[in-house]
Amino acid sequence: MLEVKKVSKSFADARGVKEVLRELSLQVAEGEFVSIVGPSGSGKTTLFGVIGGLQQPTAGEVHIGGQDTTGETGHVAYMPQQASLLPWRTVAGNIELSLTIAGVEKRKARSEALVWLERVGLAEYAGAYPHVLSGGMQQRVSFLRALLSPQRLMLLDEPFGALDALTREHMQKWLLSIWEQNRRSVLLVTHSIEEALYLSDRIIVLSASPAVILDEMIVPFERPRKEELREDARFMELRNRIYRHLAEGAKEAGGDGN
Amino acid sequence: MDNKRNLWSRVWPPALVLGILLACWQAAVSFALVKDWMIPSPVNVVKAAFASNVWPRLMEHTGATLGLTAIGFAGGTAAGFVLAALLHLLPGVRRGIYPLLILSQNVPIIILGPIMTMLFGYGLLPKALLVMLVCFFPVCIAMLGGLTGTDESLRNYMRMIGSGKWTLFWRLELPSALQSLFSGLKIAASYSVLSATFAEMLSPKMGLGGYMVLSTRGYMPERAFASAILIIMISLTLFGLIALLERAVIRWRPGKGETGRHVGS
Repeated sequence: MLEVKKVSKSFADARGVKEVLRELSLQVAEGEFVSIVGPSGSGKTTLFGVIGGLQQPTAGEVHIGGQDTTGETGHVAYMPQQASLLPWRTVAGNIELSLTIAGVEKRKARSEALVWLERVGLAEYAGAYPHVLSGGMQQRVSFLRALLSPQRLMLLDEPFGALDALTREHMQKWLLSIWEQNRRSVLLVTHSIEEALYLSDRIIVLSASPAVILDEMIVPFERPRKEELREDARFMELRNRIYRHLAEGAKEAGGDGN
Repeated sequence: MDNKRNLWSRVWPPALVLGILLACWQAAVSFALVKDWMIPSPVNVVKAAFASNVWPRLMEHTGATLGLTAIGFAGGTAAGFVLAALLHLLPGVRRGIYPLLILSQNVPIIILGPIMTMLFGYGLLPKALLVMLVCFFPVCIAMLGGLTGTDESLRNYMRMIGSGKWTLFWRLELPSALQSLFSGLKIAASYSVLSATFAEMLSPKMGLGGYMVLSTRGYMPERAFASAILIIMISLTLFGLIALLERAVIRWRPGKGETGRHVGS
């Protein structure tokens, strides 16, 4: 589905050239949920920019659905950290717009939006402007918008990073319950080790910049996943393994990672 | 219902003050504290305005001023809007022109009036051009500021899912610039009446500005005051119309006391 082939990215500024990504390669298979975990400043945002086509990599290629899409936008459904709903469009109108930009016919986009808002219990907000929604609800709409978009790969960029811990856990459960009925290829970037373990099929651990892959692991729990998972011994083990990588990375980077 | 009471409670204090001021003015003239050939009393101004030999002419001049204001306002704001959109879509050109636009804010454009008259004579053209110029700059600058001030994360999102330049402009940048555009329009609205009357004073044939000049020269202070009041009313009405339009167009804005967007849960 997604293939990132030896992508490097450096930025030049007055103080010299800063290498952010170094020959990074990764894949996401059809219907697979993959998470990327790494210390802050490990170039995760840059990686998403390159995959989404907003930034041209210095070297390497990005293939989506078997097609070379390096530097081309419009091939991913995107859920950013901030809900990024247009304040002058209603909840349903926001979903509709993103779908039509991606090429869905207007009437179909509209009915799809309404059906799904109903299904996830947000029907009463379909005609409301985003500012009346809480942060958690805005993120639900934002997720729904990405889920309904016709692009086959979903990029979730720290989608719950701005929410409080409790809302965050609710949202993870909610996201999982919807995703498990409707498997799309997902690439998630997160700070939270537990979030990655709870949600994904596979986890990729990145180092601090220049980002290289430190470790990669299959998450062995079957689906549908249960909340009790978080107390499983294997869960703890994997968590510690990722944690050690991040802690080492932080030490090497001079202790400024977190 | 609460709203109505609220409105009333906001309206009556300034209305009362205005009433007291008018009463003082009337009293000052009635008790001959000021000479009524210098400053006429409010009652006399109204009487003079409605006199059968004044009212029709007053209305004719009002019509002329309204026409000039409307042409200038419409032309100037349209030009400002279009240039702002063009400059926004052509960043290279923008870099050359934008600083000059900002600088032009400090030029009192009204001083171009006599030059316009010199170049184009005493017809409608020089006056309309002056009003257009005056309305052009505030709209253009406000609109450009609004277009550039578009939320970066929204822009990122829209580009990521595949919006091209046009979709970005129509769906994101233009709607997010509307609020700034309306502040520009409000400034232009009051400037347009100001500059229209000024232009009419330069060649006092038609319009309230011209009528005012002729009335003062003929020592008819009541008529001068009456035209002044009409000019003020035109200015307030135009401003009010823009404000109403703004409310009709921008309905999504969070009200007072509600939180803005992108806040925590």
